[in-house]
Amino acid sequence: MLQATDLACLKGDRLLFRGLALTLGPGEMLRVAGPNGVGKTSLLRLLTGLTQPEAGEVSWHGTALRRSREDFHRALLYLGHSAALNDLLTPLENLHFACAAAGDADVDEEACMQALVRIGLARQLDLPARVLSQGQRRRVGLARLFLSFHRPLWILDEPFTALDVDAVADLAATLSDHCAAGGTVVLTTHQEAPFARAPQVLNLGAYAC
Amino acid sequence: MLSTFLAILRRDLLLSWRGRADLLVTLAFFVVVVCLFPFGVGAEPNQLRAIAPGVLWVAALLASLLALHRLFAQDHADGTLEQLLLSSEPAVLWVLAKIAAFWLTTGLPLVIAAPALALLFDLEQSALPVLTLSLALGTPILALLGAVGAALTLGVRGGGMLLALLVLPLYVPVLIFGAGAVDAHLGGTGAKAQLLLLGGGLAGALALAPWACASALRIAME
Repeated sequence: MLQATDLACLKGDRLLFRGLALTLGPGEMLRVAGPNGVGKTSLLRLLTGLTQPEAGEVSWHGTALRRSREDFHRALLYLGHSAALNDLLTPLENLHFACAAAGDADVDEEACMQALVRIGLARQLDLPARVLSQGQRRRVGLARLFLSFHRPLWILDEPFTALDVDAVADLAATLSDHCAAGGTVVLTTHQEAPFARAPQVLNLGAYAC
Repeated sequence: MLSTFLAILRRDLLLSWRGRADLLVTLAFFVVVVCLFPFGVGAEPNQLRAIAPGVLWVAALLASLLALHRLFAQDHADGTLEQLLLSSEPAVLWVLAKIAAFWLTTGLPLVIAAPALALLFDLEQSALPVLTLSLALGTPILALLGAVGAALTLGVRGGGMLLALLVLPLYVPVLIFGAGAVDAHLGGTGAKAQLLLLGGGLAGALALAPWACASALRIAME
């Protein structure tokens, strides 16, 4: 269970939001909404523990993040704005490395290949990432979802950006499946996606300073 | 844990191989700087012999500084660093793997090239093993200390210059004992003391620098 109490976020010397509280249990999906610059990405980074809140606390299963970092990061999959791809490596090498670096040493190359084929990159497996289009780069990052069902908490920053209509539907179905299986998803997006069950919406504008 | 370490080491070595032009630049810089000195100070053999250890060491130090800003820059720009910080494995582990790959690709070639370049200065044959050993012990310290500086200056505008100002003073002891080892050998007192100090420095840097580096990277990502 992901819980945040009385969160405040400072960026530079500007207070983005304060007094934010949320509780997310298994099977729940939360969409963080709000206009550009309101602090959606900053909130997601606070929830991952990459940054520390100015006030308040984020906790995972009742333990504050800074005291349960390892357990929390074993349970978390975070996909940020950038796809974390190195231009000199192929999608397969990038994905395999991303899994190994995250601590999923048991994910082998075969599984990575299947995930990439599953997400529609069968013909780009051995091209360097620099020749991929924006949508294809995004897909390489998203392929990690298929290898991360054992991680209950998914935090995704604008996962639908640059994807075509079919891919959006496919991704929405995957996220719905993950929630149905007891996972938790937090995401930001500006576009409508066909989720099986409409996600809860957190309007960050309401907490803006 | 070991598999994560090896995965990161393998990836960084692979990346270095795919971008090997960058590595050649470091090595070429080392060779060119060393070759400039005989032109500058003249070809008097005794003088060249006397300055050889210092010149080789200063050139190696500058060459390893040249490559330092690349250590985390690419991973920072493309978001890989974010993912590494979210790894369930300890940060020290992958920091150490990155530094090891960095030393293998930038430090080790200098260690190997140095004895050949020492011939330009007519350095005594018996001093070559001491020179190689002092560089083999010293350049990893430079990489470890430099990594802390690279992490601290990550994402800072004009970070390259700041990085040099930050780490060069820290390199001074390594330079003193490194070049001093060869001088002591040539002077007949034996290089054991300097080499042991370098070894101790390396052990200390290995134990402390990855922690400092990991903390600095966390701050840089805030």
